[in-house]
Amino acid sequence: MSHYYDDKELSNFGDIKANAPELGGKFFEWYGAVFQGGALTAREKSLIALGVAHAIQCPYCIDSFTKDCLRKGADMDEMTEVVHVSAAIRAGASLVHGMQMRERAEKLSM
Amino acid sequence: MRRLPIVTHSGPDASLRLDFAAKLRESGHSTLRATGVDVLQVNVGKLCNQRCRHCHVDAGPDRHEVMSPALIERCLEVLREGQIGTLDITGGAPELNPSYPRLVEGAFALGCHIMTRCNLTVLELPRFRGLARFFAEHRVEVVSSLPHYGALNTDRQRGEGVFEKSIRALKRLNAEGYADGRSGLRLALVTNPVGAFLPGDQEALESHWRERLWRDHGIVFDALYCITNMPVGRYLDWLGESGNLETYLAELVQAYNPRAVDGLMCRKTLSVSWDGQLYDCDFNQMLTLPLRGVSTGLMDVEVARLKNREIAVGPHCFGCTAGAGSSCGGVTVTTAV
Repeated sequence: MSHYYDDKELSNFGDIKANAPELGGKFFEWYGAVFQGGALTAREKSLIALGVAHAIQCPYCIDSFTKDCLRKGADMDEMTEVVHVSAAIRAGASLVHGMQMRERAEKLSM
Repeated sequence: MRRLPIVTHSGPDASLRLDFAAKLRESGHSTLRATGVDVLQVNVGKLCNQRCRHCHVDAGPDRHEVMSPALIERCLEVLREGQIGTLDITGGAPELNPSYPRLVEGAFALGCHIMTRCNLTVLELPRFRGLARFFAEHRVEVVSSLPHYGALNTDRQRGEGVFEKSIRALKRLNAEGYADGRSGLRLALVTNPVGAFLPGDQEALESHWRERLWRDHGIVFDALYCITNMPVGRYLDWLGESGNLETYLAELVQAYNPRAVDGLMCRKTLSVSWDGQLYDCDFNQMLTLPLRGVSTGLMDVEVARLKNREIAVGPHCFGCTAGAGSSCGGVTVTTAV
């Protein structure tokens, strides 16, 4: 293995069922059901998935859901806003931990 | 125009087979045959006021091939003689052919259902300000290209400023009664993906298009047709230039849906080119892939003899069988693979 990420691995994702077919099968069945339209539309779910993909910085998910969002009619304006939402939550999550820092520092300081 | 080879290389040791005839046989279809000639699709010329990046016709303002008045008259004769119920007019921008009004009026007099493939912006040209009224008076079903409900993607595919003009044109059609639910005047929109991917679920996209066009512009329409981009013409060139060709072709082959074969539009359509040649579909026409075993042209055609003809196929046909299928009327099956 010369590098850790390869786009061909995404198309071979189904092979993860090897050695644990029952568990893998359950995952893919559940995964497929999650992205069906329900209380949220399939399009809304795809945009959420794109945001999460950026939050967890998964290149496979970014590849997959960028295409999926385009297929579902999202444009670059919408998808860029999604990335900003994702980034804002990540940044906010870091910043709000500053409150822990402040409380701890208050307690320790004279 | 460039044709795809049946085998293409997708890497140093792998090859991608684009043998559509073999794929048909594998899925239980020995040969692809017409089931009738219900639609005469007439490409009246390659002249267009736009130059879209995905156009399989390679149409544009610099193209001068337009159907002659004599061939227009012959199209009307063929509609009558062949008792063909639907005339589907395409181009280019078909309205730019000076004989376009004659074709519509003649088909209307014959009682045909008339569909016209309209790029919308033509309605905004000063000399075509009466076109929307003309469509309405002749009960023409307008099938209009609008790849996206927003300017960004529409203009990327169709040219700067096209979205704004298209919205004005759609309002003009709505004002004539199109898609009002009472007049019976039908307005369908067409979306092709703006890039190297297959269209999404037609029903879901239609719902979203409907919501956004009404909310943002007060526009109504009857249906949204999702059409897969065929690897033909300018779109094929773009796939190659952008490095997307192999991946896109592999996706088309992988998405082959045998259930889409029954609804293929070539099985009930006869396609006529601007110079009076006959083809199984508009894509075969652009690739000059002639009818199989039939040497007649428009002038000497006997429609009855073409109702069970064998369809000429090629690698591009994978575009019409991918996923939920694709035709000039959108998807051809209700569920994808």
